[in-house]
Amino acid sequence: MVTSSSSWARALVQISPYTFSAIGIAISIGVSVLGAAWGIYITGSSLIGAAIKAPRITSKNLISVIFCEAVAIYGVIVAIILQTKLESVPTSKMYDPESLRAGYAIFASGIIVGFANLVCGLCVGIIGSSCALSDAQNSSLFVKILVIEIFGSALGLFGVIVGIIMSAQATWPNGA
Amino acid sequence: MYGFEAMTFNIHGGYLEAVVRGHRSGLLTAADYNNLCQCETLDDIKMHLSATEYGPYLQNEPSPLYTTTIVEKCTLKLVDEYKHMLTQATEPLSTFLEYIRYGHMIDNVVLIVTGTLHERDVQELLEKCHPLGMFDSIASLAVAQNMRELYRLVLVDTPLAPYFSECISSEDLDDMNIEIMRNTLYKAYLEDFYRFCQKLGGATAEIMSDLLAFEADRRAVNITINSIGTELTRDDRRKLYSNFGLLYPYGQEELAVCEDIDQVRGAMEKYPPYQSIFSKLTYGESQILDKAFYEEEVKRLCLAFEQQVRFQELPIQIDSCAIRNLPD
Repeated sequence: MVTSSSSWARALVQISPYTFSAIGIAISIGVSVLGAAWGIYITGSSLIGAAIKAPRITSKNLISVIFCEAVAIYGVIVAIILQTKLESVPTSKMYDPESLRAGYAIFASGIIVGFANLVCGLCVGIIGSSCALSDAQNSSLFVKILVIEIFGSALGLFGVIVGIIMSAQATWPNGA
Repeated sequence: MYGFEAMTFNIHGGYLEAVVRGHRSGLLTAADYNNLCQCETLDDIKMHLSATEYGPYLQNEPSPLYTTTIVEKCTLKLVDEYKHMLTQATEPLSTFLEYIRYGHMIDNVVLIVTGTLHERDVQELLEKCHPLGMFDSIASLAVAQNMRELYRLVLVDTPLAPYFSECISSEDLDDMNIEIMRNTLYKAYLEDFYRFCQKLGGATAEIMSDLLAFEADRRAVNITINSIGTELTRDDRRKLYSNFGLLYPYGQEELAVCEDIDQVRGAMEKYPPYQSIFSKLTYGESQILDKAFYEEEVKRLCLAFEQQVRFQELPIQIDSCAIRNLPD
C-alpha cells in the first residue's frame, strides 16, 4: 500500500514495544496518582473549613481521603505487576507481531488503569467534599453519602480488574 | 464548562465555602425566634441570644440595653465573619466580596450627606453608618456643598468613583437631589456588578443575574412608588431604572408613566413572579410591599445557597436578614 496512512502505520509499527510498555507503566502510576491527589485536595479543603464549626466531623470524614488514597495504591499495584511482565526479547524477534502484541497489551493496561483511577479519584473527591459539608450540618447524612462514595470508588476497581486481565495478554515470544 | 466547576473550584474557594456553610449553622433557628418572641424585656433577649452564636458579642454590654446596641453588636458579628472571608479570599472572589461592600458604602455616603443637610453632628452620623461600608475619609463628606465637591474631595479616591460619572452636577445638595444621587449611584453599582458576574460565567453568572435582576426590579418599583406625586419628571425616572432585569425594557416603559399605585400594580401583574407579590396586597396598601419584596428576596437567597459550587455572597445577605429580624 502506498497511501499516506500506510506511512503512519509503518511508523507506529517501528516503535519498539519496550517504549509502549514503559509508557504504559508510567501512565498507570502517574495518572492514578494525579487522580488521587486531585481528589484528596478537593476533599481536604472542604473538610478543613467545615471542621471549624463542627470539629466532630474530622475523624469520620477521613474515610473519604482514604478512598482517594486507595486509588493511588491501585495504580502502584498495577504498575508493579506490569513491570514484572516486561521481559527481554532477542533483537531478531523484537518487531514480531507477538512482541508488538505484548507491548501494546502492557500499554493498554497502563492507560486503562491510569484513566479509570483519574476519574475515580476525582469522583470520590468531589463526593467527599459534599459529604464533609453535609455531615457538618446534619450527622445522619454521613452514612448515606458514604454509600455514594463507595459506588464511586468501585469505578477504580473496574479499571484495575480490566487492566490486570489485559496484562495477562502480555506474553513475549519465547526467546526470552 | 458549566457543571464541571467542581473539579477546580476547591483550589481557591473550597475552604471559604466550607467556612460559609459552617456559618449557616450559626443563624438563628425557628426555635430561637420563638423564644425571642416570648421575651418580655431586652435583658431576656440578651440572655437568649447568649446561647446562640451572637453570645460573645453581647456579653460585655452593661445592663441598660438598647435595641440599637443589640443590632449593632450583631452586625459586628457579620462584619467579623466578612472580614475573615475577605482576608482569606483570592481573586476573583475578593473582588466579588468587595462588591458587596459598595452597596453599603453608597448608603453610608447618603446617610452622612443627608445628616449634614439636617445639621446633625458628624460623630453621631458616623456611628450610625453600616460598618461594612466604612472607608477612610468618610468623615470629610460632611464638608461638601454640592456634588462636584463631594466627588472631588472625597469620592474620587474610593471605589465608588466610576459610579459618579452619571450624576455629577453643580446643583446644591438637597433632599430631592440626594435621593436622585443615591438611586443613580445604586443603578451604576448594580449594572457594574451585573457585568462583573456575567464575566465570571458559570453558576455564578446564572444565580447572581437572577438575584441582581430581582434587586433592580425591586428598586425600579420603589423608585416609581416613591416618586409618584413628586416633581420627578418621567425622563428623570427613566434614567434611574437599571438596564437589566425582568422589567427591562418594556416593564420600565410602563412604570415610567405610572401616576398611582394601582397603575403600578397593573404594570407589574404582567410579570408572574411579581404578580404573586402584588396579589398579597389589597388595593391601596403600600407599606406591606416592602415586606413582601423582602420576603421574596430572602427566599431567593436561600434557594441560591443550595448550589454548592459558587460564590458566597449569600451568607452575608442571610446574616443581615437575620439581624434585621431581631428588632422586630
